[in-house]
Amino acid sequence: MAKRNAPEVNAGSMADIAFLLLIFFLVTTTIETDSGISRKLPPKLEENQPPPPIIKQRNLFVVNVNANDDLLVEDESMDLKDLRAAAVKFLDNGAGTGDEACSYCQGAKDPASSVNPSIAIISLVNNRGTSYKRYISVQNELVAAYNELRDRESMKMYNVPFTEMEKTYTTPGTSSSIKDKLRPKLERIREMYPEKLSEAEPKSN
Amino acid sequence: MAKFTKKKSGDLPAVNTASLPDIVFMLLFFFMVATTMRETTLKIQNPKLPTANQIEKLDKKDLIMYIYAGKPSQRYQSTYGTEAKIQLNDKLADVNDIPGFIYEERATKREELLPLLTTALKVDGDTNMGLVSDIKQKLRDVDALKLNYVTKNGNAVEANN
Repeated sequence: MAKRNAPEVNAGSMADIAFLLLIFFLVTTTIETDSGISRKLPPKLEENQPPPPIIKQRNLFVVNVNANDDLLVEDESMDLKDLRAAAVKFLDNGAGTGDEACSYCQGAKDPASSVNPSIAIISLVNNRGTSYKRYISVQNELVAAYNELRDRESMKMYNVPFTEMEKTYTTPGTSSSIKDKLRPKLERIREMYPEKLSEAEPKSN
Repeated sequence: MAKFTKKKSGDLPAVNTASLPDIVFMLLFFFMVATTMRETTLKIQNPKLPTANQIEKLDKKDLIMYIYAGKPSQRYQSTYGTEAKIQLNDKLADVNDIPGFIYEERATKREELLPLLTTALKVDGDTNMGLVSDIKQKLRDVDALKLNYVTKNGNAVEANN
């Protein structure tokens, strides 16, 4: 039998084909990990629950958002951009004395405002007509207020911002020895400025 | 002088492009691996997520249940109207369908992972809070307490006004 040379396949267009595929995948790729504000919902109400404890008015910071997305903070209307500072001022007031004293607060110690960050509560009241994006920005500002204070204390005590430690802690690749080291620190800071954000069920008008 | 001009007259050798396909294939494989095809088709309009900056990343994609909410997209508006609706998996649903959806999702997960399940809300920024709080109320009823409001990253004060 005669020896036949197989003709060589022309591979010149391979690059074109590969490019075509490449462009297809380039266009369809979304390298995304969703991110957002994490919250924990309160557990559902049980029957015969003990009545809620009475909260003094001075320890309560009421943020009210109406159907037109206007903000009413402590019975005064306020711009969204001022909300964070107002929340920080309220939380960090620390006017308490004796058992309720707050040694690390740097606030104005206004006797009409909160006693101690551990019992200061921010209450967020929505209307059913409030837009979702306004709700998210209010939430965001309030969480930012907590994070600001926590970062400050964390910098003072450990020289690392709280948010950074938390990020390291929640990153999946972090080894458990580092996690074990971080956990007490995080808990300590969380204890100093516990996130007490209460949400009432929205009212319809 | 002639010596120098002679040297310059030589043709430029062509760049060897034989390895070009290899490089392109390498890129191709990268993007093929990194691509995630959308699993569910959206029946609501692609939600314009609100903006926030105090956010956490949602890793562990298999432990997340998504609930979408927003206006139905154009071609479903004749059937469902323009009022904001929620979408669970592939179909537009009612708020009352949420508990069932959660139970279904839980049934597909391993038992030890159940406490880690998070519900991610992808809600259009213009939706009314009434719908969102109805969703939250339903989630509370079935003890799905871990919640994440999916947002874009950015300055909340400037972007949401």
